[in-house]
Amino acid sequence: MSAHSLPDVVRIENLNVTFATDGGAVKAVDGVTLRVAPGEVLAIVGESGSGKTVTAKTILGLLPETATAHGAVILSSKDGANSNDVLAVSKQKLRQLRGTDVSMVFQEPSTALNPVYTVGWQIAEGIRAHGEFSRREARAKAIEILGRVGIPDPESRVDYYPHQFSGGQKQRVVIAMALVLDPGLIVADEPTTALDVTVQAEILDLLRRCRDEFGTAIVLITHNMGVVADLADRVVVMYEGKVVEEAPAQALFSNPQHDYTKRLLGSVPHVGQGTTRATERALAREPGWAVETPVVVADNLKIQYPGRLGKPGFTAVDGVSFIIRSGEVLGLVGESGSGKTTIGRAMAGLTRVTDGSLTVLGHEMNGFKERTFKKVRSDIGFVFQDPASSFNPLLTIAECVAEPLVVHGRAANAGAARKRVNELLEAVQLPRAYGDRYPHELSGGQRQRASLARGLALEPSLLIADEPTSALDVSVQAKVLELFAELQKEFGFAALFISHDLAVVDILADRIAVLYKGKLVEEGTGAEVLGAPKDAYTQRLLASLPVPDPAVQALRRDQLRILRAAG
Amino acid sequence: MTSLTAESTRATKPPLWTRLPVVHQLRQSIGLQRGMLVVGLIITGIFILTAIFAPLLAPYGFSQLRGDNGLFGAQRAPSGEHLLGTTVGGYDVLSRVIWGSQTAITVMIVAVLLSIFAGVALGLVSGYFGGWLDRVLVVVCDAVYAFPALLLAIVMGIVISGGRSDLIGGILAASISITVVFIPQYFRVIRAETVRIKAEAYVESARVLGASNARIMFRHVLRNATRTLPLIFTLNASEAVLTLAGLGFIGFGIEPSSAAEWGYDLNKSLSDVSSGIWWTSLFPGLAIVLVVLGITLVGESLNDLADPRLRSRRAPGKTAGVVAATSVVPGGTLAAGPGGIDGLEADLPAYDPHPIDDPFEAK
Repeated sequence: MSAHSLPDVVRIENLNVTFATDGGAVKAVDGVTLRVAPGEVLAIVGESGSGKTVTAKTILGLLPETATAHGAVILSSKDGANSNDVLAVSKQKLRQLRGTDVSMVFQEPSTALNPVYTVGWQIAEGIRAHGEFSRREARAKAIEILGRVGIPDPESRVDYYPHQFSGGQKQRVVIAMALVLDPGLIVADEPTTALDVTVQAEILDLLRRCRDEFGTAIVLITHNMGVVADLADRVVVMYEGKVVEEAPAQALFSNPQHDYTKRLLGSVPHVGQGTTRATERALAREPGWAVETPVVVADNLKIQYPGRLGKPGFTAVDGVSFIIRSGEVLGLVGESGSGKTTIGRAMAGLTRVTDGSLTVLGHEMNGFKERTFKKVRSDIGFVFQDPASSFNPLLTIAECVAEPLVVHGRAANAGAARKRVNELLEAVQLPRAYGDRYPHELSGGQRQRASLARGLALEPSLLIADEPTSALDVSVQAKVLELFAELQKEFGFAALFISHDLAVVDILADRIAVLYKGKLVEEGTGAEVLGAPKDAYTQRLLASLPVPDPAVQALRRDQLRILRAAG
Repeated sequence: MTSLTAESTRATKPPLWTRLPVVHQLRQSIGLQRGMLVVGLIITGIFILTAIFAPLLAPYGFSQLRGDNGLFGAQRAPSGEHLLGTTVGGYDVLSRVIWGSQTAITVMIVAVLLSIFAGVALGLVSGYFGGWLDRVLVVVCDAVYAFPALLLAIVMGIVISGGRSDLIGGILAASISITVVFIPQYFRVIRAETVRIKAEAYVESARVLGASNARIMFRHVLRNATRTLPLIFTLNASEAVLTLAGLGFIGFGIEPSSAAEWGYDLNKSLSDVSSGIWWTSLFPGLAIVLVVLGITLVGESLNDLADPRLRSRRAPGKTAGVVAATSVVPGGTLAAGPGGIDGLEADLPAYDPHPIDDPFEAK
């Protein structure tokens, strides 16, 4: 690149950021030094609490009032004409820098846009804040930039409100807002985390174009190693507020140096991991297994959410049929809005079945009554997505785990159930003493294990796990998945495992079912669905999944482009 | 998730008294917020102590007209005998002000007790079950909101004792009218919290288990919904004092022979103001203002302190602070295996009695 004559767009020197909290001062960033060259994509990776987001926000001077930062963050304009220390400049100067020298792409596109203004107005707002532009000029610029980020028909779309765009298009608009003043640097904070995997691939393509066409440097904050492999030129790995490793992307993935980086890369699930295990399990089944009465039978299942007055309802699940046999794990994969969670909730009696038939443990769920279903409930366990909210914050872990035992009369109170609770905690590899703690005193992974203990308290024959690991960091996720597999082997329950991540489902499931817009598009063993997908959507889903290896990912990107062109 | 600090570890869980409401907030607060809270607490404390020890503090009885030297006399200026002078009716102003605190605190207690139980129960049921019951209750509460408290208090006063009240009648009139206005406030707050908590995963989890509605409501919802109650409690207490004073001022209060009441004294001192007699109106008025101010200060500061975004904190020093523990336990929590649990104990997240949303990782 010819950029070597220009100074780095941002240079961070020995940055320390400390937050004032109720528990005293907490250091989030500890002596971080890094630099970003013009037109370079630098990925900062790390798990929650590693300080990656705080580091990135410091570049824009966006720290909250409770934070104190020391060190230097030297920001240069795109042409290298002037440099400023973000930590030292006045607020007014900082406002000038934002947008022209550095801008930001947020994680959640639906909250980053103001719902009461058109996107054109919001883009023009940024333009007019930084110079003398007439309304007409600003609008022309907005239309131009919308076209360049791949919004079709920008002349009319410029007057659309945010809700008229899909999630991926909204993120394009947010990127357009960031690009409109042609800054030298864009800070993208988890730009694809809130998006579905097929949309994620498109946004990553767009960000790559930002670098290639606009010559913009990008600081990419992410926890997804696949995204890093797809986009980054250079990678900084952060752990507990420190930079533990810094290397070009290719070198980092092929030859990680630091132990933490190795462990991080080792925990990333990848497709094809579970196939051998599933085959082994299938062979070990007893001969009569396939003809036994299944635990769950869905036959042309339909679930509709009632619409507003005068509008038709929304059909979340549309004619889905599947079975789960005893001791079998069915993985349910789909993107947001595909109806996968609705199916899980219907099986637990949390959502009503509209049409068709859903039989859970011999009990018909279409038109069920809570009174007759209550007995069946003791045979169903449920693990929720967010471990932070699935425990009553005022009860100890032991009391929470004892709830099912008390409710179903197996123990008089939490105290009487303590012995069994201790056994359960040990089964999920939590120390007994953790029973006396409150949920907020446990980490996310520990809470999710306690949640598994609660789900298994009554030794159910069916466990429904709704995205149990999507709120966890990858290294924690790997451990929880491992534990889940072990427990499933030990207790032999049948399970519905819901996830948006094909690789995660692949590790655990005997069979995988793919949902798309409420319909079941493909079902089969992991080898069938992931090895040789028949449905076009499954193919696209599989091809969109970024793999943590830059060289392989580049090849896959080309395959996806061909697939998309064909579809 | 958890902030690991050097000084707060699991072993040193703070003693019970520091975790009590108010005491805890007092220790937590700093700067202006602490100043407001302390001033509010001092004023409120003086008020409560005055009410309790009124018989000892007051030089005369509240309805006493004559001392050892015969009648006190009307509208006497402050003197050694009557520190704050006497009223137009010939009562000692200081004694009336001190005894008045007793009436005020009774009304506060009765009003809050009457309304809190009904409001909380209705809000819980209404928010939890929803449906037509919820809609009816919400509409009724909105209708009550439109009603001026004072008008209702007058009606109550007439119903209970025909306008001129004795002690119990006057207190009940004020309290019941306040109750009617307060129930919707408690109802609203508890209902809103219940509706929010009902959608939380832990309530769904209880439903999946097959727990009964009563069990979910009382074990899982109620205890989590009562967090904001102390705040409404303080704000409503000050409103109770104002309503009582208002009733007395417009002449529907308590007879001077039954109890001392600041509003009544203010009413009687109206004519004195224009004739230069300042002591009869100043001190009862001051008492009302101070009590309301004190209680409101406590309520407002509790409100600010309860919200992590409004709470101010000490600025950290340049190199202060320990790096926060991430959710990653080195080596992985499972890597230790079932036998290696002891090794995990060193990495336990610290006990944090009041976790706030992680400020530096908004994922």
